[in-house]
Amino acid sequence: MASHAIDVQNAQENYLEVKGRWSGILSWIFSTDHKRIGILYLVSIAFFFIVAATIGIFMRLEQLTMGPTLMKPEVYNRLFTLHGVIMIFLFIIPGIPAILGNFFLPIQIGAKDVAFPRLNLLSWWLFMIGATLAILTLFLPGGLPDTGWTFYAPYSIRTGSEVSLAVFAAFILGFSSILTGLNFVTTVHRMRAPGMSFFRMPLFVWALYATAWIQILATPMVGITLLLIIVERLLNIGIFDPTQGGDPILYQHLFWIYSHPAVYIMILPGFGVISEIIPTFSRRTIFGYKLIAFSSLSIAIFGSLVWAHHMFVSGQSDLANIIFSFLTFFVAIPTAIKVFNWVATLYKGSIRFEPPLLFALSSIFLFSIGGFTGLMQATLPINVHIHDTYFVVGHFHYTMFGGTIWALIAGILYWFPKITGKMYNKKWIYVAWAFMFIGFNTLYGTMLYMGWKGMPRRYYDHLPEFHTDHVIATVGSWFLYTGILILVSTLIYAVYRGTKADANPWGGTTLEWKTSSPPPLENFEKEPVVEHEPYYHEEAIR
Amino acid sequence: MGASNFTNSVDNIFLFILAVSVALLVGITITMIYFIIRYNHKRNPRATDIPGNVTLEVVWTVIPLLIVMGFFYYGYIDYKQMRDFPDDAMQIKVTGRMWSWLYTYPNGLQTDTLYLPVGKPVTVNLESMDVIHSFYIPAFRLKMDAVPGVPTKMWFTVEKPGSYQVLCAEYCGDRHSYMLSKIVGMPQAEFDKWYASASAEIEAQQAGTEEAGAAPAGPSPEKGARLVKLKGCVACHSLDGSRLVGPSFKGLFGKTETVIVNGKEEQITADEDYIRQSILEPSAAIVKGYPPAMPPQRNIVTDDDIEHIIAYLKTLK
Ligand code: HEC
Ligand code: HEM
Ligand SMILES: [Cu+2]
Repeated sequence: MASHAIDVQNAQENYLEVKGRWSGILSWIFSTDHKRIGILYLVSIAFFFIVAATIGIFMRLEQLTMGPTLMKPEVYNRLFTLHGVIMIFLFIIPGIPAILGNFFLPIQIGAKDVAFPRLNLLSWWLFMIGATLAILTLFLPGGLPDTGWTFYAPYSIRTGSEVSLAVFAAFILGFSSILTGLNFVTTVHRMRAPGMSFFRMPLFVWALYATAWIQILATPMVGITLLLIIVERLLNIGIFDPTQGGDPILYQHLFWIYSHPAVYIMILPGFGVISEIIPTFSRRTIFGYKLIAFSSLSIAIFGSLVWAHHMFVSGQSDLANIIFSFLTFFVAIPTAIKVFNWVATLYKGSIRFEPPLLFALSSIFLFSIGGFTGLMQATLPINVHIHDTYFVVGHFHYTMFGGTIWALIAGILYWFPKITGKMYNKKWIYVAWAFMFIGFNTLYGTMLYMGWKGMPRRYYDHLPEFHTDHVIATVGSWFLYTGILILVSTLIYAVYRGTKADANPWGGTTLEWKTSSPPPLENFEKEPVVEHEPYYHEEAIR
Repeated sequence: MGASNFTNSVDNIFLFILAVSVALLVGITITMIYFIIRYNHKRNPRATDIPGNVTLEVVWTVIPLLIVMGFFYYGYIDYKQMRDFPDDAMQIKVTGRMWSWLYTYPNGLQTDTLYLPVGKPVTVNLESMDVIHSFYIPAFRLKMDAVPGVPTKMWFTVEKPGSYQVLCAEYCGDRHSYMLSKIVGMPQAEFDKWYASASAEIEAQQAGTEEAGAAPAGPSPEKGARLVKLKGCVACHSLDGSRLVGPSFKGLFGKTETVIVNGKEEQITADEDYIRQSILEPSAAIVKGYPPAMPPQRNIVTDDDIEHIIAYLKTLK
């Protein structure tokens, strides 16, 4: 490790020290450096996550007793909507691409920045404007929307809450997402360092590349759909409203044509992070590089053809149900391939067990539960029973939270020393992990169980037969939340007081580990030349 | 025997997939943990690079493919039965509205609890008066959305006598979680008796209105009490003075209150005319401090119904 990377350290100012035109906070919010923008996203997105997780805790508290506990139904309904909207639109969709992608995509392909740095800054601003508009609904007469994050018509057209502004906010957030996607695709095509052929790109870059295409192609769909909701509310033209000859099921199609591919926008980057972490800590190359890269693309393609599996009991035709059920099962295959390849990568490795690996492997475990419960839901007669119950709530928390967010945490732990130049206290990270892992399974495992028993989702109150389960789930949420707080405080503490980190503390092989920690403004002292596949560990037996 | 003809088959598919899933999950997890321990850098200081293995990768593409196609096929067989409607089924209309279920039998009899004979196929024809609801009976393992403007249906046979919970599974507003009801399955003979007597009552009522001249039935508070339950008023109006979505019925009649008419506040007294208007045209005068959430009841209650309801409201002091 004590090789030439260290000499670089003092040669150039790192990106945190560079003095630009602005200082203080302005040096962040007007910066076009992809690394600073990545951190802007990290701070804003982490803030939204904590807010939404706190809302989740309050929702669980409401379920601690039968009947009213803390709030009225109209408050509960607004809370789950706000929780869902923040988690989806402000947290998990931008999530990994905006934070880790912005920071590491250019570095991993040996570029100085993304292709359009100013557009990149504009994306962040659009993101913040969208977020602000969504929060503004709080202060308007109708208050926060109470429709659930799916805004189903005709309820969303009839409700008195401020749906129009909230939906407009989501529309703007969509643009932020499209611009980021555009930026990444162009960067991957145009900015690779000499020798960085497509098949020498790290798998994280492949995952971001596949995601970026979905962002560009699918997001305009939801933009149009959301605009139609606004038009419908303001002008009453009757596209979705049956009292005027509209079709409420059409809304669901339009909504899910985007929102299903969107779940792959959420998960693929997480798969990318895991594909980085496992080879590094195994000190060997990844098993089945091309298969993993192509499985990202095939998930992106198949994922676009399965949207109506959210609508098996909506009243669409039986034939449509059968076809969409059939297609849905195919998405499982590339996902299963990835899991097998990751496990095979541990085989004959020389494994260093560190916090990022622990979180990455936990992510695989939790995501697998999400995947298996997904297969159950894809099976038609089972879906008829568990659709719109807590089973679904459990399932998507296992996939999105267990899969993506645990992978995001793994990624942050992996790259933290690179981003900040500091190392955190690993013992406290293990403590946080234990709380989170126990809490997570207590909370969401119980949700799966109650869903199978017939507890519908979005219920302010529950029947006596579900009471014990709800109490257990709520206790689980306390453990989970405690774990999250320990994790966040450990990392914040490390930013200020952490020990100094090496340029390559984990023995990684991709380009970001060949520059100093934190990297200089333009990422590399001199443009790197790539001679090997990304996970080439010199000392491994070949 | 399950509660409905689908209970057991759905459970069996679920258990089958669950068993396969648990086996695979445990397999993957144990392998992962074993590798972590076996290939720890202390035991295995130098890694071996294995970039891939075509045979293995084909195997773990094809085997999962076969497994999930098995799941699909198993599900498809059962689903086909769910959607294969028997011709001799009893036809029940189920109407969802904020926030109650209304059942209409072939002869026009309406109830707020669904009584059904055991062993006879039933087709449920769903409709909604406002937003999307979903008719869900967990014990039967069945649900189907009630979509305004789009007729939907499902069928089942109740196999065991008993009382089964009905829930609304599609979010529909403030009192979504209270949109509950029951299905009561009873032996055919018992059902026939109930059906005959309940229907006789309806006929007597209709006969009563037709022969109004001869024997003036007159507004009846007892009928009113039944109607506010049946027609779903109590989903939004309590009878004990507590506040739900709308004002309580208790003490309503004769009360002086502030309403908003065309954006202007007005004082009114809740007399018969006001109540009639409130029911048929709720948006004409909105009670101050309440949302304009009451749907017009023109298609739900008849003029006679309203007279009975008013008679009942008068008794709620
Ligand atoms: C979806 C909820 C809902 C249902 C169902 C409903 N109402 Fe209402 N009702 C309201 C609300 C909200 C108000 C107060 C706002 C207004 O005046 O329209 C109201 C107001 C009223 C009033 C005036 C009360 C006052 O204090 O002046 C009467 C009378 C009334 N409803 C009767 C009925 C009857 C009878 C039924 C059943 C046939 C019924 N409502 C069904 C929500 C409902
Ligand atoms: C501390 C962490 C969390 C807790 C305690 C929590 C809890 C909950 C609860 C109780 C519900 C509502 C169930 C219902 O009434 O139907 C819910 C819904 C939801 N959650 Fe979470 N959650 C957490 C984290 C997350 C994360 C990380 C995500 C996404 C990445 C997420 C996404 C959602 C979504 C999309 C909904 C659906 C909202 C809707 O029905 O419209 N949650 N969560
Ligand atoms: Cu409903």
